[in-house]
Amino acid sequence: MAELMKTIGIWLSAYFTLSIFSFLYKDNPFYKLAEQIFVGLSAAYWLVYTIYNILIPNLFNKLFTDFAHNWILLIPMALGIMMLMRMFPKLEWLSHYPMAIMVGTTAAIAMLLAFQSDFLSQIAATMVNPFKYSSPVDIVGTILLIIGTICGIYFFYFSKKQEGFYKIPSKVGIWFLMVSFGASFGYTVMARISLLIGRLDFLLRDWLHIIR
Amino acid sequence: MSEDINLTKTLRERRIIFLLLVLAVAIPIIFPFSLKTHSTPLTEKAFNLIESTPAGSPVIISFDYDPSTVTELQPMAIAIIEHAWRKNHRIIAMAMWPQGSQMADMAFSEVQKKFGEEKVYGVDYVNLGYKPGGMVIIQTMGRNLKTVFPKDTAMNDYDSIPLLKNIKTIKDIKYVVSLSAGDPGLRDWIMTANGKFGIPVAGGTTAVSAPGFLPYVNDQNQLSGLLGGLKAAAEYELLLGYEGTASRGMNPQSIAHLLILALIVAGNIRVWRNRKKEKMAKEVNNG
Repeated sequence: MAELMKTIGIWLSAYFTLSIFSFLYKDNPFYKLAEQIFVGLSAAYWLVYTIYNILIPNLFNKLFTDFAHNWILLIPMALGIMMLMRMFPKLEWLSHYPMAIMVGTTAAIAMLLAFQSDFLSQIAATMVNPFKYSSPVDIVGTILLIIGTICGIYFFYFSKKQEGFYKIPSKVGIWFLMVSFGASFGYTVMARISLLIGRLDFLLRDWLHIIR
Repeated sequence: MSEDINLTKTLRERRIIFLLLVLAVAIPIIFPFSLKTHSTPLTEKAFNLIESTPAGSPVIISFDYDPSTVTELQPMAIAIIEHAWRKNHRIIAMAMWPQGSQMADMAFSEVQKKFGEEKVYGVDYVNLGYKPGGMVIIQTMGRNLKTVFPKDTAMNDYDSIPLLKNIKTIKDIKYVVSLSAGDPGLRDWIMTANGKFGIPVAGGTTAVSAPGFLPYVNDQNQLSGLLGGLKAAAEYELLLGYEGTASRGMNPQSIAHLLILALIVAGNIRVWRNRKKEKMAKEVNNG
């Protein structure tokens, strides 16, 4: 039985893979069906997952088994219900309060941590003595890091008209930004090809058994 | 009329490119050949972190991805689990993505085939499952791990799991590896586990998100190594001395990249020639 289910799973997977790929030729009913099924399944999966893996163990189980120690969970429960009021136009205003709490707390927590990791530590990481390294590659790399950081930031400094001498660091900054965009594009190509490799490997190995 | 012809031509050209790409990937998969991969400092740094951690250390591997990125991240997971087990580290698996917990089970069972009964669930590794909340969860783990994960995925109580006996908070963990496909994921671990608690963090990400994490691999050791995409997974397999799915993926990857480079060059030559033609036509018109 397990083997049969596995085979059906592989065939379904192959069918949906080919249906999605068929869009590369042109839009067609196979693609549309696969897309709609994917959207529907994802929504249903998330709903069931949220109920069984988040709400039941973290809220309902705790409230029903040990209410005395967990009554405080009634507050997030109420906030959650208020959030759902968005579905009713007349009561929609109620959802603003949990939304405000969420935005406020998330911003506060993230700001504190981001200030340390994305601001202070990043600045400290740029304050390096390039000549402490022995390898010429590291020395040149660190000098480029310092120049790139300063010129890149200067490019976004708009309080002084960038002309004459002040144009030079800005131009250098653009070059560094262009290199970084190129690197990002290269990584993106690599990622997309990796996904194609994964799908073709599945089709050729698990479905068609052309490779072993 | 001429616009219609151009559109049809563009569509035809696109289809040819798609077909060429499929062939460039499929042929090396069917007929493999051995292109060499070399390890890079970013991968070596992550490798050295695990290599230098003493045997018996409790470590966290966070599975922050789902099946959509399994091609890139699962080979990393398998290689990192294998490395950690070779060094006799005790692995605590958790997930900040709902399906990450299943990804962890799949990776453990794959590596288990090599180690047999040597590695025991609850003693050498444990799967604590999924928890929503991102950086808030990691902060809470800094106060008390048990409150975040009272049970593992097999519904065993935290206190009954031998591996977790002496682990009270995340500060008892020697390093964290986050295999991350987005948010929540590696960034939360850098900000919280490293930024707040000073725990070494290494990461594995999809190639798309790798450039965003490169600045964290710095003198401040915010990130102790970064594996970016399938190539880095292949590098890790190379450092461990075996050829896995990532290494096998390097042949089609290289051929596809060569094809894309050729297409970029051809496209640019064509644009340059068209511009030259237009320029000449203008000059003729202007007499």
